[in-house]
Amino acid sequence: MTTPAGGSAPLVAAVHGAAAVLAVWSLGRTLWDGLDRPGTALAFGVLIAAGELLRLGPGERESAPLGAAGALAYALLGETGARPAAHGPAQTVSVVLAAALVGLVRPLALGRDRTLDHLARRLLTAGFAATCFQPLYHTGALAPWGADGPLRAPLLVALLALTALCDAVLAAALARARTGWPYGPLLRDELRALPGIGSAICATGVVISLATAVAGLWALPVCALPLLLTQFAFRRFAAVRTTYRQTVASLARATEIAGCTPPGHARRVAALGRAVGRELGLGATDLDILEHAALLHDIGRLSLPDPLPAGSAAPLPPDGQRRIALLGGAVVRQTGAPPQVAAIVERQADPYRDQPVTARILRTVTAYDDLARQTAPPGGALRALERLRLSTAHDHDPRVVEALARVLAAAGGQKTRENQGNQGARRGVTRRLRRHHSR
Amino acid sequence: MRTIPAAARGFIGCAALAAVLCAAPALRLGAAAPWADALALAALYALCERLRPGWAGPVLLAAALLLPPPLAALTALPGALTALPGALTAPAEAPAAARRIWHAAELALACCAAGRLAGLLAAALGHRPLRAPDFPAALLTAAAAALAFCAVLAALDGAILIAAERRPPRSAWRGLLVPALGPCLVHGAAGLMTAVLWRSAYGPPAALLVLLPMYLSRWVFAQYHRERAAHQATIRALVQAVDLKDHYTRGHSERVGRASAMIARELGMTERRLEVLRFAGILHDVGKLGVPTRLLRKDGPLTPQERAVIELHPEYGHEIVRGIGFLGEARAAVLHHHERLDGSGYPYGLAGHRIPEAARVVAVADAFDAMTSTRSYRRARPVPAAVAELRRCAGTQFDPRMVAALATALERDGWQPGLATAAQAAPPPCGNVPPDLADHPSNAADEPPRATVPHRTAAAEDGAP
Repeated sequence: MTTPAGGSAPLVAAVHGAAAVLAVWSLGRTLWDGLDRPGTALAFGVLIAAGELLRLGPGERESAPLGAAGALAYALLGETGARPAAHGPAQTVSVVLAAALVGLVRPLALGRDRTLDHLARRLLTAGFAATCFQPLYHTGALAPWGADGPLRAPLLVALLALTALCDAVLAAALARARTGWPYGPLLRDELRALPGIGSAICATGVVISLATAVAGLWALPVCALPLLLTQFAFRRFAAVRTTYRQTVASLARATEIAGCTPPGHARRVAALGRAVGRELGLGATDLDILEHAALLHDIGRLSLPDPLPAGSAAPLPPDGQRRIALLGGAVVRQTGAPPQVAAIVERQADPYRDQPVTARILRTVTAYDDLARQTAPPGGALRALERLRLSTAHDHDPRVVEALARVLAAAGGQKTRENQGNQGARRGVTRRLRRHHSR
Repeated sequence: MRTIPAAARGFIGCAALAAVLCAAPALRLGAAAPWADALALAALYALCERLRPGWAGPVLLAAALLLPPPLAALTALPGALTALPGALTAPAEAPAAARRIWHAAELALACCAAGRLAGLLAAALGHRPLRAPDFPAALLTAAAAALAFCAVLAALDGAILIAAERRPPRSAWRGLLVPALGPCLVHGAAGLMTAVLWRSAYGPPAALLVLLPMYLSRWVFAQYHRERAAHQATIRALVQAVDLKDHYTRGHSERVGRASAMIARELGMTERRLEVLRFAGILHDVGKLGVPTRLLRKDGPLTPQERAVIELHPEYGHEIVRGIGFLGEARAAVLHHHERLDGSGYPYGLAGHRIPEAARVVAVADAFDAMTSTRSYRRARPVPAAVAELRRCAGTQFDPRMVAALATALERDGWQPGLATAAQAAPPPCGNVPPDLADHPSNAADEPPRATVPHRTAAAEDGAP
């Protein structure tokens, strides 16, 4: 169902191919017809290039809001300072392409796939919006709809909403092709992100095009300022999120240092839990919460007066597990984590029928990590899975166990080897510290 | 019943009167004035303020650019008078009605001032506002109006702080205007675009779109503050986990953080570095999580083996915090805070300037707090004695620069040990408070042997001698 890539590579090629064809046609057409209003084209090109240069870090859903808004605004530009602007879709795409190439010189030189995806999406969305708007506007077909009066803004917003939807479908398809994750949740995440920065981009695109129509090119920098403020806010937010994640991961490591849990346990459970959650179709928010809870799931052990020895052969009895879960929930509540995280940690040891799906995943993945560690490497994973399958009556949700089996099978040899490498390195550090112990 | 000084009451009254005088000429404007626009903008502003306070400045600036000054002053009133309590500015101790009146008056005055300045500039620069041919000049007008708006607000806010809370003028005005300049210019740009589109053929629907990014950034900043609070709670949780294990060191981490920040400020470090050093102080003992609780709570002297185990805590601490990027040099401080200047410390026995600067700061702060805070088993020292002891060990154990900085800062600002841990009982000014032997082996020789205290847990928690 989610076997990665392979069959999806044609999709990436198709998207890139379509963008390339569009680009070549536009450039040819623009060269043939000549540039309409070069001053306006240059101003918008500078705006788009600046937007691409001021991009947010990688991993953001829309990494260059100002670039996107500038491209959409140029696609929707009907006139400049009350004089009609007669550039068509071809010139729009050409200007966006040239500006984006200037802005993306560095990332393109570093040869990242995502940059190419980004460029392809930018060209296709700008081309789509321009094709919808320019011919209709310049032939006067929109005039009866009130496009020269107060209805212009709602019309443009509706058009951009449609563009954003198409872009979300495209982005989710590209993400699916790149990662092999299920399409449904990816599309849902893309759509859910639209009201955020997406709405600000669309609004700014419309505002720039209308304000340029009224006030001329001076409107460009003025309209860009509010979006830059939004971008700054998003960047601050992203930075604090990263920091918060690092701190949570460190708090998770505290249990290892204190000798309550085996080295790397929390991190492995978090990574595997995320993969299983994705396999089961959870959205980005749930995955984040699951990861957070997985990192902190053993934190309750720190509150015990005498830490339980790590890696003890026999797992705790159910009562003990539940007690640690409750203690952990109390600690997690103190750490200011979202209440859902504390709820998962609290209920991690309940029978699966009483648990939300995130807690089921946590329970099964934790048990798997413990079992797989106790069994010798060749066949250890299989034997651990077998043990889990045997306890699907009460403890483990059969759906989660099967998802785990699929994730393990898909990850295959390569990932396991990587993990073992990491474990080895971590074990080295811990061994050094333990040696101090016995000094 | 909350009351405010008579001076503040008089000041609010004067401001309200001035606002009324500003708005009064509206009565003489007659039916030709843009009353419909004023009403729509006032409703929009009130709606925005209800939605989320504090981001709707562009609406008022647009009003100042579009409307005659008296009408612009009126635009602010409905929104200010119905604002949520959280949106109201100083004075905090006044009754809600007085605060609303004050808020409305200051906004009306600011709008009126911005509008008047915009009108004067527009006349001087000779532009009919807000069409393409006027454009570079209109930018100047809008920027000046935005600056006037913010300056009037800052001046009035500072004045009410002086009147109501008797703050000295310099500290009241400092920090009001300068940080507001950046946002103020962005608000000016958004206000100008709102005004341009409002008056254009595309009308108010287009103008509303300008506000969307502003609202969104306000919302994201709120998320940012929430996430930051959660992050700080997580750091506190890390520290509390240590406190749970080691009862002696209650509040110790917070105080070391404060003392480190004092030293850093005295050394003229940047605000950013100062924060990092505060975190270094707060987290310096986080590695004690890895030391068995039995050893941390042990009565009586430690065997060399036990001491060796306790001396692992800097390395454990570094292992825990090394993944937290923003801590920067604080990570090195956690690892090296027990190094000594003569090279006889641990874990690596670094000497002199090979010890990271942050670690040298934290070492002094740590020793100072250990000597001056209440522990159950040892005699405490008053602050001057502790400083004298630090001075004695400067050069061998501590960096003299850090010791001198701490001494200067203490002389100027004093030391309030109870500040960070106000919830707990404050320790007495002096009592049985010597440095922790495990923390400071160097001092072990000068100290009298530890007395065994039967109820040390209770004593440590109450801070009673």
